[in-house]
Amino acid sequence: MPISVKCFASLRERLNVDKMSVPYESEMTVQDVWQQMTNQSPPDNLLCARNHEYVNFAETVRDGDEIAFFPPVTGG
Amino acid sequence: MKIEIRSEPYDPWLEISLYQESGGLTPGSFGACSAFVGTMRDFNDGSAVSVMELEHYEGMTEQQLSNLAQEAQASYGLLDVLILHRVGKISPNDPIVLVVAWSAHRAAAFDACRDMMELLKSKATFWKKETRPDGHRWVSQNTSG
Repeated sequence: MPISVKCFASLRERLNVDKMSVPYESEMTVQDVWQQMTNQSPPDNLLCARNHEYVNFAETVRDGDEIAFFPPVTGG
Repeated sequence: MKIEIRSEPYDPWLEISLYQESGGLTPGSFGACSAFVGTMRDFNDGSAVSVMELEHYEGMTEQQLSNLAQEAQASYGLLDVLILHRVGKISPNDPIVLVVAWSAHRAAAFDACRDMMELLKSKATFWKKETRPDGHRWVSQNTSG
């Protein structure tokens, strides 16, 4: 199964992507998913989640995971 | 415990009253109810703001709010918790967030309400986009308090 990727807020508008699929590869990290999607290094303030939990960019992804990228949160 | 993300305006004081009367809390069981209501200002960073659009990460945000409420309930011994948060288009003076803690004594309700609110501000996956006289702008970070 591919990795399902979601982008939110200013990042979604900047990349013009709200969701997309990235092919899964063994030992793939969250950073690899970002680089496959954008061909860029992650910006300093970028946050990410794997299956609805915050993770860091070195976290390994699993087949079929949902990965989300987003800017700092501003709720409340 | 009730956690809800709403796309329509609400009256926070009515919500507290309705929740208390809905049977979730036994009358006479609580001696303290502490509430925080965050409302939309018509200014930010020196500019007028006419509309704000609030986005969230469906699924993750609800889970985060539920987790922080359960953790506060356990660590402060709260009797109950209510959290409501608006999304969508919001106008100045509209309530955005309501966090309520009920407990037997005031210290737990005061402290838990503050803790839940600070966690929500720093972790919960919401984003604000403002409409200003010079166009739209995503809010880049929350204020420190």
